[in-house]
Amino acid sequence: MKNILTIFKKELRSYFNSPVAYIVIVVFLIITGWFFTSNLFISGVVTMRNVFDIIPFIFLFFIPAISMRTFSEEKKSGTIELLLTKPITDMDIVVGKFLATLTLTATALALTLIYVVSLTFLGPIDTGSIIGAYIGLLLMSGIYIGIGIFASSLTENQVVAFIISFLIVFGLFLLNKVLVFLPPELASVLEYISVDYHFSNIARGVIDSRDIIYYLSGITIFLLLTRTSLESRRWS
Amino acid sequence: MSIKVENLSKYYGQQAAVNNISFEINTGEIVGFLGPNGAGKSTTMKMITTYLTPNNGKIFVNNVDTETNSMEVRRKIGYLPEQNPLYLDMNVLDYLEYAAELESVPKADIPKAIKKMVDVCGLGEVQHKDIGELSKGFRQRVGLAQAMIHDPEVLILDEPTSGLDPNQIIEIRNLIKKLGKEKTLVLSTHIMQEVEATCDRVLIINKGEIVADGSPDTLQSKFKGQLDITLILKKDSTDKALILKAVSSIKNIDKARILKEDENSIHFSLTGLKGSDVREEIFKKIVSMNMVLLGLHQEETSLEDIFRQLTKN
Repeated sequence: MKNILTIFKKELRSYFNSPVAYIVIVVFLIITGWFFTSNLFISGVVTMRNVFDIIPFIFLFFIPAISMRTFSEEKKSGTIELLLTKPITDMDIVVGKFLATLTLTATALALTLIYVVSLTFLGPIDTGSIIGAYIGLLLMSGIYIGIGIFASSLTENQVVAFIISFLIVFGLFLLNKVLVFLPPELASVLEYISVDYHFSNIARGVIDSRDIIYYLSGITIFLLLTRTSLESRRWS
Repeated sequence: MSIKVENLSKYYGQQAAVNNISFEINTGEIVGFLGPNGAGKSTTMKMITTYLTPNNGKIFVNNVDTETNSMEVRRKIGYLPEQNPLYLDMNVLDYLEYAAELESVPKADIPKAIKKMVDVCGLGEVQHKDIGELSKGFRQRVGLAQAMIHDPEVLILDEPTSGLDPNQIIEIRNLIKKLGKEKTLVLSTHIMQEVEATCDRVLIINKGEIVADGSPDTLQSKFKGQLDITLILKKDSTDKALILKAVSSIKNIDKARILKEDENSIHFSLTGLKGSDVREEIFKKIVSMNMVLLGLHQEETSLEDIFRQLTKN
């Protein structure tokens, strides 16, 4: 636990010591802000709907971009060898880096609460579905970060890591959209794998343990895959 | 703190990077792994530090198996990998603190440990700078400080002086010597003088195998072959073949040949037998022939020559 915290602090500091975190957060807020204000002023409806619809799209690029450096950079500079010969487990490193990236994403998400607060001055809001949507987005970002970190552990090239994680994330996202073209037996299985399907459940304000289990198990699977990828150095 | 390596092998595909080597390093020894690039030095170190797993064989650090109890081994070892990887965006003090935390130095002792490393490694003037701004020599000191922050009993340094200028090399060597007094120290290098200057014992590794093991002195006496003698004479009317014949006839001279010839001088290369000293005889012979001696130089086979002999393909 202490080791996870050490890695977490170091990773978080390197996000916020470099321009990366700020650029990413600003871009995130500009895009979501545009969707928020345009909806508010053009159609005059008090809702977060548009913002919550666009964020999953932004995540498709945003999360591969912030997680691509996690392991690739250490592999490229060789610091991974220092890290992996310290008396800490590979899983501590993976979890520490995961939590730091999740914290960065949560920070960006938390800043959009300003929109929610400003809405409360204008009229009644649907608190349940808003809380649900935030929980859903956080869980969704968790599974994407797991994928991003896994992709990053596969290569020392950050661009390659970005492309791999984008393809996986995009595939999972798209799954829900192509279901109508598939035979129903296959569709019901694929629906369960789809990130979007579970998100839409939670975003309605219905927090079902099945959806939570889906996300948590998805995150666990990708963190374990990352650990396996780190261990693969020993296989040759 | 001893290191024991038994029948160690590591393959990269079909290629054996380390091929069935065994050796033991005793507490307090300073041992140099010497070998050409790609000989298997780094791979061996990576296995001792648990970064890689052997395909065959076992490694014990103070009787603890590196495979079954890797965490305990890691705690005992301080490691400076090849190329000295560092986080260039961190400042020196933050980095040392991070290293100390990773090494599980108790929180209360961390400031003291950092201060000690800053003093020992001479980092005082750069401690608040980012590592990326430092010169190569200072970076190397940071790498050493990082490796020793938890006061490990074993230090493993992979090419600690590569890429440094001559002054920095001397500084780092002195630092290593100072540190090596209290620790078991293994360093790798492909520079002969480094081993002669710092190590109690040398393991010469070539193509994944140990080809020589011993102190620099014993290696030198064991492999000391003949003496290399250079003789320079002033050119005159005397026949060259005659001179050659005359020098060859001196006792203990094995071979003689003309190295080169220019307007005023002739250079000879002679080989003397092991354990002899033929300079006086040569001098007398030259004088007796009424020739002028311009230069005479005798050299024992150096560690460098031994290295070349052992690792030549």
